[in-house]
Amino acid sequence: MAAASLRSVNPTLPRTLPSPTRSPPFQSPFLRFAPTSTSFNLKPLVTPPAPSSSPFVTRSAAASPQERKTFHGLCYVVGDNIDTDQIIPAEFLTLVPSNPEEYQKLGSHALVGLPASYKDRFVEPGETKTKYSIIIGGENFGCGSSREHAPVCLGAAGAKAVVAQSYARIFFRNSVATGEIYPLDSEVRVCDECSTGDVATVELREGDSVLINHTTGKEYKLKAIGDAGPVIDAGGIFAYARKAGMIPSAAA
Amino acid sequence: MASSVISSSPFLCKSAQKDLGFPKPSQISVHRCQKRAISRKIVSVMAPQRSSSATGSVKTGMTMTEKILAKAAEKSQVVPGDNIWVNVDVLMTHDVCGPGAFGIFKREFGEKAKVWDPEKIVVIPDHYIFTADKRANRNVDIMREHCREQNIKYFYDITDLGDFRANPDYKGVCHVALAQEGHCRPGEVLLGTDSHTCTAGAFGQFATGIGNTDAGFVLGTGKILLKVPPTMRFILDGEMPSYLQAKDLILQIIGEISVAGATYKTMEFSGTTIESLTMEERMTLCNMVVEAGGKNGVIPPDATTFNYVENRTSVPFEPVYSDGNASFIADYRFDVSKLEPVVAKPHSPDNRALARECKDVKIDRVYIGSCTGGKTEDFMAAAKLFHAAGKQVKVPTFLVPATQKVWMDVYALPVPGAGGKTCAQIFEEAGCDTPTSPSCGACLGGPADTYARLNEPQVCVSTTNRNFPGRMGHKEGQIYLASPYTAAASALTGHVTDPREFLQ
Repeated sequence: MAAASLRSVNPTLPRTLPSPTRSPPFQSPFLRFAPTSTSFNLKPLVTPPAPSSSPFVTRSAAASPQERKTFHGLCYVVGDNIDTDQIIPAEFLTLVPSNPEEYQKLGSHALVGLPASYKDRFVEPGETKTKYSIIIGGENFGCGSSREHAPVCLGAAGAKAVVAQSYARIFFRNSVATGEIYPLDSEVRVCDECSTGDVATVELREGDSVLINHTTGKEYKLKAIGDAGPVIDAGGIFAYARKAGMIPSAAA
Repeated sequence: MASSVISSSPFLCKSAQKDLGFPKPSQISVHRCQKRAISRKIVSVMAPQRSSSATGSVKTGMTMTEKILAKAAEKSQVVPGDNIWVNVDVLMTHDVCGPGAFGIFKREFGEKAKVWDPEKIVVIPDHYIFTADKRANRNVDIMREHCREQNIKYFYDITDLGDFRANPDYKGVCHVALAQEGHCRPGEVLLGTDSHTCTAGAFGQFATGIGNTDAGFVLGTGKILLKVPPTMRFILDGEMPSYLQAKDLILQIIGEISVAGATYKTMEFSGTTIESLTMEERMTLCNMVVEAGGKNGVIPPDATTFNYVENRTSVPFEPVYSDGNASFIADYRFDVSKLEPVVAKPHSPDNRALARECKDVKIDRVYIGSCTGGKTEDFMAAAKLFHAAGKQVKVPTFLVPATQKVWMDVYALPVPGAGGKTCAQIFEEAGCDTPTSPSCGACLGGPADTYARLNEPQVCVSTTNRNFPGRMGHKEGQIYLASPYTAAASALTGHVTDPREFLQ
């Protein structure tokens, strides 16, 4: 999950400055680029829901601004056109992501569909979590199916962000809607210059963001995640819509 | 601007980079067009029409997709890039994503919440049905519970897994069932928790796939936030050769523009060839739009469409058409009479090759099925080729009708020119496997006991839609995507085979 504290991974990381507070006008959470129009209706779409006695795990509220800005950890590098069958093979789609126990199981199968040529496995057999925080991809990451299990399993396994040259649209949209993982765009072919096991930091900043590979010493500019960022921070489109006053908060 | 036969690269790049207010095209389209030489004989790329200024009071012409979305958003005008709230006419889900979507709906809107409209949701179990996998079976039960609780009108249930015919409500593959049961109508917005929901664009509507969370949101509100996509136009003219099918056309196009060539865009298909296609062939074409990264595919509705739709539903609809002065982000023209049967080689739907150039590829099995290639006409085509050849298949040939209706057609309808024989009879004489229970089957692998699943590293020619590593089960399986004609021809020789070997 994107909100986990990375200071527990490396307490020597400097705190980044908190972002200036402002109440966000509700803009499209799926906006990848600068908006072309800025007027949106904020009227609520739904009547208040009944108090929820849902046994389902409620995701943690958005982490403090400092923690959300930086991810640090090991990289896992893949190639172009990593499709959803490689991210989560179809045989595991019987697991229902909104069921907490099956959510964890999905994480244990993350990227298990990658061919045997990938000698380092994303999740070690028998484990449920990955040791890699950042996935580095090429073009068209997440192509194929609309299965939401794809970004979900990556987030459930413990990955924080994907840095890829480009994304398939449904995968990008699902990543934002679920808030499970940050889909970040690189400007160059980062996957050719990083190796699995490299230590890296991703810093999300106002305006520009950056990937720092500590192992090679290189830095890469990333495109700003824009309005999709706050949605992922909040934990997905529903949580964000409630925060923005778009739908009334659930009682739970 | 005159369209000459040109190397595509400069035009493709130029049109993609023209500032229509869109973001810089993804690296892949620029990167690929610099490397790829598009066949000069067949394709010419025209410069896109100028878009009129969006400022001031000049009203811009809109494409079909823009019109459909504008109407659904209750706006008079939209342009590509606009983010708008859209009213949904139909939401479809199935056994794999339904439980998750409803789970999210309940979690977010409350345990006692009601869906926005129980008559606009269609629940079609189809993915993992005929299996002993307990979780798969449980997922169908979960959907039954939700549908009962919410009073969902359209739930195509199955309870007796031993005999699909004992289930009067059960249909099979969702995208084919949606069409057959009259849920696809021109001008509407149809969303589904499945990437091949784009199939319904064949009916002149906006149809696209969404994830569980988006679907959960729609379940509660009946609305979704969408960005209006720009439209790429594909004009297909010329008489369709007798050995060519819609599957060849879409594989040709995907091979042209790559698996990300239409990312975030609409693919609009028109031209004399399109007008000559049946509804099922149009569905095959739009089905694989997602394999090019497309947001949705769309075909202008005509008499063929109205005839099909009006025979299946009495719900009124309002067809829309692209304006003459609408803006398109790219234009492709194909002379279909010059095209040849093609396949997509492992491991990508854009790894296009002429079928006749793959004749040395030895294969282990053939699979005819799925929303892409398991409809009535797909089986008719395969049967026609088998009958013309009068031979037996050399490899196991698996037949998976998409729906109950297709299965019945396979057993009941006479194949034209075959002296009254049905598909089933011809398949039996050719030595194919008996047509099995209708479902998505092995198109996506599925639980370990799924019929025709690729459990070994074999070579399979398949009428399905994707061939990424592991798609049908085994990671080292090699899948050649092909038309029903090509699949049938390949079954007869045990090698990838151009259907003209048997059809001329």
